[in-house]
Amino acid sequence: MQPAKTTLARFSPIEKSLRTVRAANLWDYEAMCRHFSWDQLRADLFDRSDDKMNIAMVAIDGHAKLTPNKPAVRFVDAEFTRTELTYGELLRSANRFANLLRLVAIEPGAVVASLLGRCPELYSTVLGTLKCGAIFAPLFAAFGPEPIRSRLELAGARVLVTTQHLYERKVAPIRSTLPTLRHIFIVREVAEGELPHGTQDLTQAMSGLSETFETVPLSADTPALLHFTSGTTGKPKGVVHVHDAIVAHHASARLALDLHPQDVFWCTADPGWVTGISYGVLAPLSCGVTLLVDREELDVERWYRLLAENEVNVWYTAPTAIRMLMKAGLEPVKRHTYPALRLIASVGEPLNPEAVMWGMGAFGMPVHDTWWQTETGAIMIANFLSQTVWPGAMGRPMPGVHAEIGRRRDDGTVEILAPNEVGEIVLRPGWPSMFSGYLNNEQRYQESFTNGWYFSGDQAYRDEHGYFWFIGRTDDVIKSSGHLISPFEVECALNLHPAVMQSAVIGLPDPVAGQVVQAIVELRPDYAGDDELRRSIMAHARRSLGAAIAPRGIDFVVSLPRTRSGKIMRRLLRVRALGLPEGDLSTLEPSA
Amino acid sequence: MNTPTIEQQILNAFLQVAPDVDPAKLKPEIPFRDQFDFDSMDTLNFAIGLHQQFGIDVPETQYRELASLAKTAAFVRSALQQDGKRSTGPAAT
Repeated sequence: MQPAKTTLARFSPIEKSLRTVRAANLWDYEAMCRHFSWDQLRADLFDRSDDKMNIAMVAIDGHAKLTPNKPAVRFVDAEFTRTELTYGELLRSANRFANLLRLVAIEPGAVVASLLGRCPELYSTVLGTLKCGAIFAPLFAAFGPEPIRSRLELAGARVLVTTQHLYERKVAPIRSTLPTLRHIFIVREVAEGELPHGTQDLTQAMSGLSETFETVPLSADTPALLHFTSGTTGKPKGVVHVHDAIVAHHASARLALDLHPQDVFWCTADPGWVTGISYGVLAPLSCGVTLLVDREELDVERWYRLLAENEVNVWYTAPTAIRMLMKAGLEPVKRHTYPALRLIASVGEPLNPEAVMWGMGAFGMPVHDTWWQTETGAIMIANFLSQTVWPGAMGRPMPGVHAEIGRRRDDGTVEILAPNEVGEIVLRPGWPSMFSGYLNNEQRYQESFTNGWYFSGDQAYRDEHGYFWFIGRTDDVIKSSGHLISPFEVECALNLHPAVMQSAVIGLPDPVAGQVVQAIVELRPDYAGDDELRRSIMAHARRSLGAAIAPRGIDFVVSLPRTRSGKIMRRLLRVRALGLPEGDLSTLEPSA
Repeated sequence: MNTPTIEQQILNAFLQVAPDVDPAKLKPEIPFRDQFDFDSMDTLNFAIGLHQQFGIDVPETQYRELASLAKTAAFVRSALQQDGKRSTGPAAT
């Protein structure tokens, strides 16, 4: 299949100045690709005779020793008041958390989960967990009780760190169903009432514990991180990453995000997802930068003020946020100047060319799209600071990453496609942050690989310049505001409403969120599909799933279209919802 | 039939977006986000709902004025005053 190229490549390429090229960490793409070696970088980062490692050695221990007084994290609150945490202070609080885990007998390999916003304790929890060899698993704070329960259960989490507010609303109702969850540490704000039964105050629990802790050296393939992602069917997937992943985090932070040690770096991703941990905590700390952390939610004027006042050098954000900023026009941008800003990058979903160009008008530089997945653990394809940007393109592979466009043949082999042929983005295993498994689901892990290639599920083509261009997903997974949402998980929650017989959940295009979740519901007899019932079902879904993944709209149908085998035809529903002729259905079927 | 107050109309627009919230427990002065899940897409949809209800536009830079019920009411009042109109039905657009 040939792509309709004219629809994408309608902006001229953006060339970079010689000055930009020369100052970049990656200034000669082809030469860097030829000479780059993961082994060399690993040896540089760890420099140990025993081949052991720990993410925390690179992310905190080394910097805390060399530059203990340098700010590691700068928090900004609602009133723009700054609080800084130096590398030395961060190390000491991480050590105390590691000592706490040891005190409550959390052994290496146990899962420590967090359900937190961007608070100081998040950073010590991540690093302290890694230091003692336990596995860190972040949860998204906008999830409702049910997604939290299913993820904690899958993880077999032994420890949870959360706030009192989140605990009471989202964890207390499901606590009794999680027998392996032994310790709950509460990050308390002043003036909160009595501590909930069966929990401990984190600050109190850590008080008196030692501020020193010898980071546990581990083999490179020891699990370190557990991130949750969604597929079309079945339960959430627990994606496991090993300590070696930091080698890829570090390389991509330097080459794709161009981080220099003196930089102020702002990653706007939520710490409940992989980006918020890989690029919101670990990768930038490994480069020794100062992280900017906004305690508030997206606000147009606030964000521009933060960029300017904090002299942010590199800004990593998401298409949904960029489109929100775009809607407000250029006037609020122009109230400030941004002489420090060097690179704007984006991740989460494909960045439309208009959003790339918006960067030119607003800041005099394009937004650099990057592509990766929870499974890849780190940036795989990027638009690099020194390289030409084709608005709408995903960019080119990271040095050390072998990416192609491929197709599975019926005989189990893989065909690598020529330029401008549409297929699936495939990656040759060997990069350090490749996932090492889906928790408790070896079969699904094996199914991700064919004949020595990882199949990403994302369709794209590569042009004659080597740039990748995104086409779409090969499955029904919905991407809304950068969150991957499983239609199955939403349907399961909807089907628990007494009026719902069956439901189907699809993603509809949205100018801001990329896609929004839409439910199509078949009602039980005796129920009338009126506005009141629609609200009742939506309320039920929001209570169970949380606002971020519950449907934003609900339609009623007499009966849902099914295949002969009884599978609901989500694609047909999408065609109908978009008002396309149903004859177009064949072209929407997956090509695989 | 009584004309609904501005507060009632705002509450209606709000409950269209977040029907999971019990209006009796909604504290007008406390930001929505501090009481329950209410994300940026919800804010966007709430702004659209206010437009339909009152015919007022909420620019993106003013979304913080929709943080709580009380703030929203103050914002809507001032916007209606500026417009010099008081629409109780959907906007005539």
